Amino acid sequence: MKTIKVCYFAMFREHAGVAEETLTLEAATAHDVFEQTRLRHGSDEPNGHCKVAINDHMADWDTPVNDGDTVLLFPPVAGG
Amino acid sequence: MIEISDSPIDTAELQRSLINPAAGGYCAFEGWVRNENEGHVVERLEYEAYKPLAITEGEKVLAEARAKFPYLDARCVHRAGLLEIGECAVWIGVASAHRDEAFKACRYIIDEIKVRLPIWKKEHYANGDSGWVNCERCAQHGIAD
Repeated sequence: MKTIKVCYFAMFREHAGVAEETLTLEAATAHDVFEQTRLRHGSDEPNGHCKVAINDHMADWDTPVNDGDTVLLFPPVAGG
Repeated sequence: MIEISDSPIDTAELQRSLINPAAGGYCAFEGWVRNENEGHVVERLEYEAYKPLAITEGEKVLAEARAKFPYLDARCVHRAGLLEIGECAVWIGVASAHRDEAFKACRYIIDEIKVRLPIWKKEHYANGDSGWVNCERCAQHGIAD
């Protein structure tokens, strides 16, 4: 099990009802973290339109996560 | 240089900051808050940005633009917070020796910023509803980046 801090933004924050939470998870990759938070909060957003960062660095969905990491989940962006 | 600003963008001051004796061309793009989107009457927009990564990713975009279209100087400011109709939401300015680089770099920067920076836009509609706007290009292509 790993202790992961998860940060939610925009629509993800509204779905989760919190901006961040610390979870204890069985997760090998960023995608595993995303899937477990999706189940936890009942989101149906597929990860294909979303982005992820780990410890303030942009990451891929198959990037490994480690105990103590902060995973930032970004819903589809819309700047400009 | 890129900045995420919680206060209105002073476009005249930004333009002055790019004045350069070696520049023969200057191109700027301003993105404004529009009163309509996909049939909905929009009353105001709310931008949320994750500043640490918006700055890092924005600086990468500027560096890529400079490598592709060598310019003398460029600046970008994106707003965060609540914006009214007609307000400037994003400003990009590029100064270069010749106009071609300024036009092309400006276009590259705005196109990349819209799809790469962790910035989200919530529309507040006249009927009282609101909704987060999804990335158009990502949605069309069904891809992550």
